[in-house]
Amino acid sequence: MATNFAPPGARDALLAAALERILITDGAFGTEIQNWKLSEEDYAGALALGHDQKGNNDILALTKPAVPESIHRGYFAAGADIAETNTFSANRISQADYGAQTLVREINHESAAMARRIADEFTAQDGRRRFVAGAIGPTNKTLSLSPDVNDPGYREIEFDELKDVYREQADALIAGGCDFILIETVFDTLNAKAGIMAAQEAADAVGRDVPLMLSMTLTDLSGRNLSGHTVEAFWHAVRHARPVTIGLNCSFGAEQLRPHVKTLSDACDTLIMVYPNAGLPNELGAYDEAPATTAALVREWAAAGQVNILGGCCGSTPDHIRAIAEAVRDLPPRSIPTPPVRTRLAGLEPFTMAA
Amino acid sequence: MTDLPASTQFVNIGERTNVTGSAAFKKLIMADDYEAAVTVALNQVENGAQIIDVNMDEGLLDAVAAMTTFLKRIAAEPDIARVPIMVDSSKWEVIEAGLKCVSGKPIVNSISMKEGEEKFLAEARKCMAYGAAVVVMAFDETGQADTEDRKVEICERAYKLLTGIGFPPEDIIFDPNIFAVATGIEEHNNYAVDFIQAVRRIRASCPHVHFSGGLSNLSFSFRGNEPVRRAMHSVFLYHAIPAGLDMAIVNAGQLDVYDQINPELRQACEDVILNRDPDATERLIAVAERYKGQKGNAADDAAALEWRGWPVAKRLEHALVRGIDAFIVEDTEEARQQAAKPIEVIEGPLMDGMNVVGDLFGSGKMFLPQVVKSARVMKKAVAHLLPFIEAAKEPGAKGKGRIVLATVKGDVHDIGKNIVGVVLQCNGFEIVDLGVMVPWKTIIDAAVEHKADMIGLSGLITPSLDEMVTVAEEMARAKLTVPLLIGGATTSRVHTALRIDPAYDGAVVHVLDASRAVGVCTQLVSETQAADFARRTKTEYEEVRVKRANASGSNLVPLAVARANAFRADWALKPPAPKRPGVHRYDDWDLADLAEVIDWTPFFRSWELAGNFPAILDDAVVGESARALWADARAMLATIIEKKWLTARGVVGLWPAHARGDDLFVQHRHSDDHRTPDGGSVPTHFRVPDLDRTNEAGTRLAMLRQQVAKREGRANLCLADFVDPAGDWIGGFAVAIHGIDPHLERFRAAHDDYNDILLKALADRFAEAFAERLHQHVRTTLWGYAPDEQLTNEALIREQYRGIRPAPGYPACPDHLLKPPLFAMLADDRGDVAGITLTESMAMLPTAAVSGFYFGHPQAEYFGVAQIGQDQLADYAARRGVDLADAERWLRPNLS
Repeated sequence: MATNFAPPGARDALLAAALERILITDGAFGTEIQNWKLSEEDYAGALALGHDQKGNNDILALTKPAVPESIHRGYFAAGADIAETNTFSANRISQADYGAQTLVREINHESAAMARRIADEFTAQDGRRRFVAGAIGPTNKTLSLSPDVNDPGYREIEFDELKDVYREQADALIAGGCDFILIETVFDTLNAKAGIMAAQEAADAVGRDVPLMLSMTLTDLSGRNLSGHTVEAFWHAVRHARPVTIGLNCSFGAEQLRPHVKTLSDACDTLIMVYPNAGLPNELGAYDEAPATTAALVREWAAAGQVNILGGCCGSTPDHIRAIAEAVRDLPPRSIPTPPVRTRLAGLEPFTMAA
Repeated sequence: MTDLPASTQFVNIGERTNVTGSAAFKKLIMADDYEAAVTVALNQVENGAQIIDVNMDEGLLDAVAAMTTFLKRIAAEPDIARVPIMVDSSKWEVIEAGLKCVSGKPIVNSISMKEGEEKFLAEARKCMAYGAAVVVMAFDETGQADTEDRKVEICERAYKLLTGIGFPPEDIIFDPNIFAVATGIEEHNNYAVDFIQAVRRIRASCPHVHFSGGLSNLSFSFRGNEPVRRAMHSVFLYHAIPAGLDMAIVNAGQLDVYDQINPELRQACEDVILNRDPDATERLIAVAERYKGQKGNAADDAAALEWRGWPVAKRLEHALVRGIDAFIVEDTEEARQQAAKPIEVIEGPLMDGMNVVGDLFGSGKMFLPQVVKSARVMKKAVAHLLPFIEAAKEPGAKGKGRIVLATVKGDVHDIGKNIVGVVLQCNGFEIVDLGVMVPWKTIIDAAVEHKADMIGLSGLITPSLDEMVTVAEEMARAKLTVPLLIGGATTSRVHTALRIDPAYDGAVVHVLDASRAVGVCTQLVSETQAADFARRTKTEYEEVRVKRANASGSNLVPLAVARANAFRADWALKPPAPKRPGVHRYDDWDLADLAEVIDWTPFFRSWELAGNFPAILDDAVVGESARALWADARAMLATIIEKKWLTARGVVGLWPAHARGDDLFVQHRHSDDHRTPDGGSVPTHFRVPDLDRTNEAGTRLAMLRQQVAKREGRANLCLADFVDPAGDWIGGFAVAIHGIDPHLERFRAAHDDYNDILLKALADRFAEAFAERLHQHVRTTLWGYAPDEQLTNEALIREQYRGIRPAPGYPACPDHLLKPPLFAMLADDRGDVAGITLTESMAMLPTAAVSGFYFGHPQAEYFGVAQIGQDQLADYAARRGVDLADAERWLRPNLS
């Protein structure tokens, strides 16, 4: 596979653009892919993996690239500045469920290369720089929790093992040409720390600055993720990674995220990126929040000066992204605060020492 | 520290989850008792630690495994995991293993330039990559910094190096070494000044850093003189905090309020700490003489008797809250004369006073020993009033509710039960205490007769768990509906939910400790809350059962696999034959000798005061309470020894033995020994001339093997692994403290629960100390494999010796039924074993007694058998020659 590095200076370019206006990242892939009503054969292609591939959205980069390509184009056309690669589950652990663990490198490389190509295409059209964020999901394993109620000290996976899994994915995403590594849907903060270390080692290995984007997901309304961290504790735990963005995704709809967006906005001396679900799923599990509704809700954060980058997660469509882009077009972006220098530690809750 | 600058926020770091500083914590970790170890962490956080320090640096421990296991366990406890962790080790590999388990932002303690810049920076880079702050010791290639200039030089150099690689300066915490002053060595006189000045300079030249230090070093020369140590620490901090010291791994309780220190003492401390003149040390030593043996702080207590001038109701309250019984009868009499009816004294001022006590206890401002003293005062007051109330034929005071308490059949332990009884009485409940070894029929009859509002059951040994189930079943059969409370050391919420709750339709509530008892009982007698509380508890226990039922099978390996992974001891290391084999009896061991080796930490724990001795005496929260209790304990100890209240009897046996599989075969009748100078011998008629170690004659001791799946390189342990199949030696012992009963009767007659519980707790300590001392005698003299052992008391408590003495019924050999064969081997020709008898549940009488086995192999270690499988249960039943149901009954805690 050809190495296909992103153009240099992504960190500065993103920060500079974010000074000018509120930037837009893209929306969901899963719901968009469903619209294609793909068959098992479409997913499997000619790979002959011996497993049912239906539902393995990430493998489409190899077997039916026209689908993710078309979705990327749809989001850029709707106004997105950032494309997130279709690689949420493209890691050895998740791909093993499809017998596709040997293809992890290829899927990530192709997905990043595809997003890079399309982003550069749109950049060439109007001169506005588009970015590619290589998306890394949490896997379905957790470093902080025991799956066995009788043995709270037991873990299904260890730090080094998970770091290796992330490293494989990060290496391929960087080689494929992504600008950033986006560690998203962080339900376990320790998983994220392993991901951060893997991404930094991957960047060091190629001698480049590949800035991190970190996005936590909340599992209860009090504002904690599954491993129990509050948003502020999460920030303290990951600040060493110098992420270019930090924020929230998935979780609930925009309505329920409001207090936690404010907390992050006040605390973090970096860009805030939030991409919520299009509301909460209805009783059939489908998202039916109208684009105008989502846009009006996230506009409130923008109006309060709390966000730099907005987008969508589960249930969002290019129409949602277009509606959001239009709703915030004339609003000034959040300015990055300069919090006082303090020793900021964390357990599940933040701890800040007096100066 | 109210007089410190308001902007200062001194950070308290919990220090008890540290095996190098806490013998109790170390014991728990060595025994694989992570459940209890987690509780230690929880207590620290509950007591206000803002960060908890975790250290597993102990030669006999796999520190990496212990660190990761413990950190993973506390990660599962949100009440602990909410605070940041300090990962503490002198070994980088242990620190790094810890960092891989900590999900927030921790502190690494510590790194230094001791082994050069390269290693220092490599470790610092790792800390950055894991996202951790660091403690940097003022230590370089030439050694630890002592003078001001060296401290400054090393810290500035470290700061430059660290910030040079992009280390955030706010994540650097310097420890510039606090050393002892007033040691009599002139070069040490300026150490405190060196520290304070260095902190001030480093803070100015290295922006954003923090400072930490180990405070107790400072006053090392005044060990044992707590008022002086406290004063020195306070004076030191008074000067060091404004200079920049802002955190410490030390109890804030070692501090007095600066302004309240006796001015002369304060001046003397200040002169020493600030090194004002060469005679300062001499002056402090002279002043310190006057504080020797005092417990409290150095504040003046001239106003001590002022309260005698207060109105009588206020005096009664004061006496109750302070637990002062000196004037209680005269004050109660005065109140009675003023009252219309004697009962009004109880229902008025006395109950008011006890309500104050209850509130203070409930809010954590008073601790158990104080509450028990308050109860003693209350009982004396009530005892004075009772004859008047009876003479007036008034009805008795109406309490909140009536509770029948009992230690169940087969069990003899009652300290916890008595404490719960006292605390409940303090809170207005009426207690009907049925004592120990109470059969279910007596409990039920008493509940009916007294129209009890609830029944409380207590037990310490594992077989009592089954007996509690029986009581619950019989209560159901008797159609009782009153709530059933379950408490005691082996009980648990899970056992209560799984086994006891389903047996009884009424409310069943597990009560963790005395401090929780009041809340539970109050809710259960409340007209508005009782039904709801009972329903909630039932639902909660149902959830526990459902969770258990749904839990995936635990991680056990087949017995054959566990056996194949047995520990392979190095037989070249096995101990030599004993110098004095056979049985040795000691019918009156010197109590003064035992008093020297008492481990005090469990004593405080039995009073629900958490913390290690002696640090607990200076604890910020419970220190005052602990010091008062300690003074009373020392006084009673002196009386026990002087008046010979108690007698320590013990017996030791050392016999040839060999292992076969998981069994030990002991040739205790073997008798190539001879009568020993201290009277030990094997009775003639027990002697068998032949010793054939290949046959299985002798006593068979069936041991259990760990069956939980182990990591690579860790064995599935069984005690039999420590004995050579080709021939070896094993020991057994039993010790007991006799003579307590007449004294307890005297205390009870005087309504003195406090001294009753105190004496029992001390007898328990004597028994444990005797076990410790006897073990030492075995190692140095009787078995004699460690003739040159020279250990301090602290080292003894930390078990820094060769060999172990596991007890039947405890984690390494959980079956209490190992006691009968052990006792048979130790018995003299009249069947006597140190005067101890066994109950049907294998509890020992007298209660203050310890028995166990000696293993001399240097690789022998404590462990917990933990959960075993049905295959081992069946195998064990066959080896023991009992039926499966019987084995299951005795091993239930080890079965899933």
